[in-house]
Amino acid sequence: MADDTNDVEALIDLMARLPGLGPRSARRAVLHLIKKRGQLLGPLTDAMAKVRATARECLTCGNIGTSDKCAICASPKRATGELCVVEDVSDLWAMERAAVFKGRYHVLGGTLSALDAVGPEDLRIPQLVNRVEEESITEVILALPATVDGQTTAHYIADHLPGTAVTSLAQGVPVGGELDYLDDGTITAALRARKAF
Amino acid sequence: MLAIKHLTLSHFRSHRVTRLDVDARPLAFFGPNGAGKTNVLEAVSLLSPGRGLRRATVDEFARQPEGLGWKVKAEVDAGGAHEVETWADPGSARAVRVDGKAASQVDLGRMIRVLWLIPAMDRLWIEGAEGRRRFLDRMTLSFDPGHAEQALTYEKAMRDRNRLLKDQVGDPSWYRALEAQMARAGMAMTRARAATVVALAEAQAGAETAFPTADLSITHPDVELPGSEEDLLRAWEDTRRRDIAAGRTLIGPHRVDMEAVYAAKGVPARAASTGEQKALLVSLILANGRALAARVGAPPLLLLDEVAAHLDAGRQAALYDEICALGAQAWMTGTGPELFAALGDRAQRFEVTEDGGTSIVTAAG
Repeated sequence: MADDTNDVEALIDLMARLPGLGPRSARRAVLHLIKKRGQLLGPLTDAMAKVRATARECLTCGNIGTSDKCAICASPKRATGELCVVEDVSDLWAMERAAVFKGRYHVLGGTLSALDAVGPEDLRIPQLVNRVEEESITEVILALPATVDGQTTAHYIADHLPGTAVTSLAQGVPVGGELDYLDDGTITAALRARKAF
Repeated sequence: MLAIKHLTLSHFRSHRVTRLDVDARPLAFFGPNGAGKTNVLEAVSLLSPGRGLRRATVDEFARQPEGLGWKVKAEVDAGGAHEVETWADPGSARAVRVDGKAASQVDLGRMIRVLWLIPAMDRLWIEGAEGRRRFLDRMTLSFDPGHAEQALTYEKAMRDRNRLLKDQVGDPSWYRALEAQMARAGMAMTRARAATVVALAEAQAGAETAFPTADLSITHPDVELPGSEEDLLRAWEDTRRRDIAAGRTLIGPHRVDMEAVYAAKGVPARAASTGEQKALLVSLILANGRALAARVGAPPLLLLDEVAAHLDAGRQAALYDEICALGAQAWMTGTGPELFAALGDRAQRFEVTEDGGTSIVTAAG
């Protein structure tokens, strides 16, 4: 590319670093933005500038918001006594999309992994223990991944919350799923978690 | 029925492109050392989960100097015809596709059961416990494809625990969290291994075979392996201080050994002659095949590399008879066609030669 396209090339390089994008899709996205300068590029630049200035982590739960306390933590309606523990903000957003859970969240920011040198102090576990005491939490719902690291973290948290009801999301047949397509581990988990019909 | 019908090796080890059209009978590959016979068996071993019969890394399979990546493609009769492909691009992990759809290695394990015997295993009974444990796990995997997943979970949690031990971390909650998972997966592994030993004992007892019976037992160094999740958890809690000093987990299913006694003589396998040791291995492979055939309706694919070595002519002939009686598609190698003479027309023969670093496989009747 010629020198006068260096800015565009720099933008493509940055976009290619985004999750889910590679060099080819980044190039397509940038080209599309330039073609739709008025409808997309301008508003996108403005929105990014605003987010850059205002986005911050909620000091209570770790959610992303625009103030020190996110909308969920600030809402008295969400003080149901239930606290849902998730690994990442994207998991919190997934739970919110389902619009079923009415309580509050706690984002850990990862899972325990001795091999990756991620310990309890690197996660928001001490803050979680404090919140359970301070916010009169009656039930902690662990919505953590069904991986070794996710389950290690779940066991660890349960160990630190004696006297509090600790539950975890059920594992098994997905809604609309067919048994024939499930792996043995999922079928075993589903059978173990069976309930009266 | 479990048999390969077509096999294609593309840029795999010494093979540039090798295509084989075969039927369900045993196959004999003969040719000089280094011609690429074992590479064919290794390609077949990759139709099951894991790193294949040489435990190689994915990049080692790629033909050199091109280093373009490699592919193994097979049409397999496994209760219906299926097309299985496995490959790796340079620097990428091994991928699997079954009937054109992306699949996992565990899916492969459910569909295609493969057992092998290679010359490196001739010393299995006299070398360290790791090889015997791996052999036991491969047999267990053939009965219970879920065994691989339990072993991976156990292994991952134990490596994390070992890291904590090495770093002398004192947080008991963290240990308990890992040990809970190790206990659950470890007991599943222990039960599956014990069931395998029982299944093999039954298959050996009920068979008329020229091969000696091996009485198997699973042992643990120094102490008896705790027999329940609770006992395992207690043992790990009790030995944590000792484990920290050692920097690793000293008790658990990862340390068990499979011991064998040559039943007719009452001597441990390690004390038997070289030929007898090989005969015990063959006996176990055949028993595994019989037990699987009875259980899932089809014997596994057998990969027998240089199988005739250390077996006298009588035992060679008996082995071929038993393979044919089992109905297993056995892929065998040997240096010359005379080693397979006793098979007559019960086998398909291929000569493997090498020209300028490229293997050439020719049908030889």
